[in-house]
Amino acid sequence: MQSTLPLMPESASTLSGDVDALYFYLSGVTLFFTLLIGGAIIFFVIRYRRRNAFEIPRPIEGSTKLETFWSVIPLLIAMSFFFWGASVFYRQYRPPANALEVYVVGKQWMWKFQHPTGQREINELHVPVGRKVKLIMTTEDVIHDLFVPAFRIKTDVVPGKYTTEWFEATKPGRYHFFCAEYCGMNHSGMGGWVVVMEPTEFENWLSGNANQMSPAAAGQQMFESLGCASCHGANGEGGRGPALLGLAGGNVTLNNGQTVRADEAYIRESILNPQAKIVTGFGPIMPTFQGQVNEEQLLQVVAYIKSLSTARTETPTAKPPPAASAKPSATPASPGGR
Amino acid sequence: MEEFEVPKPPGTNYLNAEYGLKSWLLTKDHKRIALLYLGAISFFFFIGSLYAMAIRLELLTPQGDLVQSSTYNKMFTQHGIIMVFFFLIPSIPATLGNFLIPMMIGAKDLAFPRINLLSWYIYILGGIVTIYALLAGGVDTGWTFYVPYSTTFSNTYVIAAGLGIFINGFSSILTGLNFIVTIHTMRAPGLTWYRLPLFVWAHYATSLIMILGTPVVAITILLVALERLAHIGIFDPAAGGDPILFQHLFWFYSHPAVYIMVLPAMGVVSELIANFSRKNIFGYKFVAFSSLAIAVFGFLVWGHHLFVASQSVYAGMIFSFLSFAVAIPSAIKVFNWTATLYKGSISYDTPMLYALGFIGLFTVGGMTGLFLATLAVDVHVSDTYFVVAHFHYIMVGGALFGYLGGLHYWWPKISGRLYPEGWGRFSALVIYVGFNLTFLPQFVVGYMGMPRRYHTYPADLVSWQVLHVLSTAGASILGVGLLIPLFYLVWSMRYGPIAAANPWNLPGLEWQTASPPPTENFLTTPIVTTEAYEFAPPEHKEVVGKFERQKPVGT
Repeated sequence: MQSTLPLMPESASTLSGDVDALYFYLSGVTLFFTLLIGGAIIFFVIRYRRRNAFEIPRPIEGSTKLETFWSVIPLLIAMSFFFWGASVFYRQYRPPANALEVYVVGKQWMWKFQHPTGQREINELHVPVGRKVKLIMTTEDVIHDLFVPAFRIKTDVVPGKYTTEWFEATKPGRYHFFCAEYCGMNHSGMGGWVVVMEPTEFENWLSGNANQMSPAAAGQQMFESLGCASCHGANGEGGRGPALLGLAGGNVTLNNGQTVRADEAYIRESILNPQAKIVTGFGPIMPTFQGQVNEEQLLQVVAYIKSLSTARTETPTAKPPPAASAKPSATPASPGGR
Repeated sequence: MEEFEVPKPPGTNYLNAEYGLKSWLLTKDHKRIALLYLGAISFFFFIGSLYAMAIRLELLTPQGDLVQSSTYNKMFTQHGIIMVFFFLIPSIPATLGNFLIPMMIGAKDLAFPRINLLSWYIYILGGIVTIYALLAGGVDTGWTFYVPYSTTFSNTYVIAAGLGIFINGFSSILTGLNFIVTIHTMRAPGLTWYRLPLFVWAHYATSLIMILGTPVVAITILLVALERLAHIGIFDPAAGGDPILFQHLFWFYSHPAVYIMVLPAMGVVSELIANFSRKNIFGYKFVAFSSLAIAVFGFLVWGHHLFVASQSVYAGMIFSFLSFAVAIPSAIKVFNWTATLYKGSISYDTPMLYALGFIGLFTVGGMTGLFLATLAVDVHVSDTYFVVAHFHYIMVGGALFGYLGGLHYWWPKISGRLYPEGWGRFSALVIYVGFNLTFLPQFVVGYMGMPRRYHTYPADLVSWQVLHVLSTAGASILGVGLLIPLFYLVWSMRYGPIAAANPWNLPGLEWQTASPPPTENFLTTPIVTTEAYEFAPPEHKEVVGKFERQKPVGT
């Protein structure tokens, strides 16, 4: 996929233009200073070349005024880089609410995706155009990194925790994605395609692959087979363990008085290392489930627990996502490059 | 060794004072130890360059057609390990620093000559262990040894390679310690801190980083080995550890290590710019203290290697801010070097060509560092060829150019012979052109999205291959350019014209003794009465107005 601009990557997300604008600003300043320094050097070297072997130029001691000038000006320019860069970065890493949540598991050397409606993919990710998509990612082995150059996003995928990245694609097409953290032998083969489709077409794609169980439903089965219900209640209403209904996305008060947000990382930790954070009013009686669930199953259990907080998150059923019907496409355009 | 000093015949110098292999392997003379380092470091640089050439050849085409992926991964890992730990870090301090610091401060040797020799043996031992790791089957973790790949998943010789680096670290620590004590205690009478050549200031700052930073990487490597052998669980999340902790520890050393590589080169360039334009350096104190500022601030910016590694957004912002702060002292140096040229008497000798090349390349390397400190842009270019290009501009364009410039500049002092000036200028230009052709295209392909450490890349991206072909072409020119000095410097040791004591006609103390110097450097201890880089002859004293100085004593 070539960009319309030569020697630039395809720009296909709501953030990629902002990153490019900053990049052009940095490039302009770099060019200016390189030409300034280079030009001054070339001018001085020619103008003040040694004309006779015995000449001794007059010494010049230096100037505090000049030193201040060329310390303060670069500092001001650097601060403009800092604030602009930090503000775009803040948006890059603050996942928006109501995004389409896709679960991602990296392993040597493939990427596994699961849509909230159950569809699974390997090394290919189908998403609708114009819809915010949030990737909730972890890995079964070493550190990986999901990098989509066309979207200007990149986040490491780290064992033992969930990391997220999000994007909103702006035009249909097929875009390379890569693993950007060295992960062993076939690192350079651990990539694939993000396929951005018109909403109606994405809807068709979803229904064409609809005979799979949603992560939440699979998680509910895990919940039952692991015996979670005996303490947390058959429907998560609670018992010896804290209630799970309405848990996800809210705040939890711990027995040490701290309050933590019940995000994916908290739920994950509470399953694998239950003693780390004890909800106030409950005893440290839960056993660890470390080693009994793999990363994909864990994500499914997390998805099930999140589905118990329907007020806060979308119900992950097989229904097409609302954006698909909210943004009807006039013509069923085909994704570019396919 | 001075106990039984006997008058030596004229013409005796450190090279011919004693003969035989034993006199070299057991020498306590800092100049001979510098030459031992020079030989060993050149060997490692040659090996590291061969890996680089193989990597560039492989990337000519999108497919993997020269070697297999597992071999390719070992090649870039070993290129990095050898170049960083066995060439760049010791390069200027252990050779030029070792040779020149005592001479520049008017001392007979370093404070601890035996420790100096020990540091060379430690370096050699570390090198032998590392070479064993390479020959036994190699290591494929990348020079950064990220866990859990290095602790749990790699089936290569991680511990042997780590042990080599661990041992080598002690050589660095001892050298740094030796320099600091020497600079504090052994300066000639009259040589105040503000009269020190900036080369010495730069090495003082470098030594601080060496003794404060190196122990951290040693501990980190030890933890990797313990985790790999005994699974102590410090980095493994299943056992309560944190893989990101490794990255914090690793970069706490390895970011300052960049300044271990480039600060001595900045010291060399300060010498070259001042001496080859016959001017005192513009803003001496600003240049001197900017070295210390870099050494101190350099310890506070490691987190900019973790912007996309799941570090918190707010920690990212703080590290971004501090990374911009460390750029300012570097900018100050560049402006002062440029200002020193103003109204100078500038010669076009080979060392000066390297120094001018350094300023240009370091400006590009430093400015592109600001791209990486800018959070939103770093997200896109982190772990791509943009980063590869950036740090090669700093390490090759910076450290290597400083090293080659310094080697040419002091070659008459070191060898007692002149190198062929025409070949010197020609090869400096070839290296400059080859370097830029190698690494400029990598900025472009990096921003287009090419990840680093990739054996293959998508064949549908035609422009990526075009850029890689340009880069490989540049690397070939660079390789040829680097071979030329290897040949003529070795040639000149035997056949070059005999050098005068002060062939460049310069005021530095190291030029006020014979070439090559006698073992004790100076027959009588020099007394310093002038500032550094004071070129004006006495009769100019009145003309220069406020530039007052005392008459040299005893002349």
